[in-house]
Amino acid sequence: MVKGRQGERVRYPPDQFSISINRIYVAPIFMNCCLTLALIFLYVFRLYVRGTVLGYKRSKSNQYPNTSLIQIEGVNTKEEVSWYCGKKIAYIYRAKVKKNDSYYRCIWGKVTRPHGNSGVVRTKFKSNLPPKSMGAKVRVFMYPSII
Amino acid sequence: MAPKNSKVTRNPNLIPGIGKYSRSQMYHKKGLWAIKAKNGGQFPHHEKKAKPETTSEKPPKFYPADDVKKPLVNKRKPKPTKLRTSITPGTVLIILTGRFKGKRVVFLKQLPSGLLLITGPFKINGVPLRRVNQSYVIATSTKVDISGVDVNKLDDKYFGKKAEKKKKKGEGEFFEAEKEDKNVLPQEKKDDQKLVDASLIQSIEAVPDLKAYLAARFSLKSGMKPHELVF
Repeated sequence: MVKGRQGERVRYPPDQFSISINRIYVAPIFMNCCLTLALIFLYVFRLYVRGTVLGYKRSKSNQYPNTSLIQIEGVNTKEEVSWYCGKKIAYIYRAKVKKNDSYYRCIWGKVTRPHGNSGVVRTKFKSNLPPKSMGAKVRVFMYPSII
Repeated sequence: MAPKNSKVTRNPNLIPGIGKYSRSQMYHKKGLWAIKAKNGGQFPHHEKKAKPETTSEKPPKFYPADDVKKPLVNKRKPKPTKLRTSITPGTVLIILTGRFKGKRVVFLKQLPSGLLLITGPFKINGVPLRRVNQSYVIATSTKVDISGVDVNKLDDKYFGKKAEKKKKKGEGEFFEAEKEDKNVLPQEKKDDQKLVDASLIQSIEAVPDLKAYLAARFSLKSGMKPHELVF
């Protein structure tokens, strides 16, 4: 569990075409048309917030895998979480076998409510997240949007 | 009928369904005795309207063996989704999903289906006249002057899929027919795009930097927190 405020990621010099640290995931649901152009500049248009899977909702010796806990980057208090409630989340993972023309697969879910006081979030996925997802990255999208 | 300012009942409810006054007390309060007196000891009575003669219906020849339940009448008229107050004609929207994600786009109007009609404009960022769902869009506070644009002819039918023509498919024709109807944008749609964009682009160029702003895509950078951003 991350305790206390999360540190800010190190900022890279503001240059529109700087090389992004992130690996470029070809999201299986959406085709990013500008990917071809982006390969030249290696710049990905990120429209999601990064999140980390912390584990399942649990008590000391029981866990409830239907709800996963997610730490959203930059969200540190219960009040800040209200913006994210209802937003869609995608857990994207690689597989060895190609399905639907892609090695990448996705489990969709959404943010349901805050968990505790420090910005951790409870989420429900279409099918429960696999245990190997603990510690893995997750994408928290900005839709369904209400702003 | 002109509404009364406040309808005062002569018989206040003690409990819903039980009035304060009895039937005979109400008779007196409503002045029914006066109405009777005025009418010579009887209540005013008007003749029943004569019902027009209806031709007697013939008994049906056929009765179904089982009683068939009639489905309940559905009188629902769906309304278009409520438009967020932040979205007004001319607002610049950021598309969050789909082919044009990240693009900044101009909102034209809400269609009767509830979807939003948007345009790039096409020359500026490659987004054509398109429909978009309100939930997949962020409204910014930037507004474009949209007064010169005529969007009356654009509605959901314009964007809907064309009804497939029924063709008799012989074995030989089957493969040929598939190839014909793909990916041809009718010239009419291209003209509509130019028409709508013409006045839009003029009002966009009038504002400094707005054209470059619309051409650029939105993206979250390191350290940007959407819950703290003001769009």
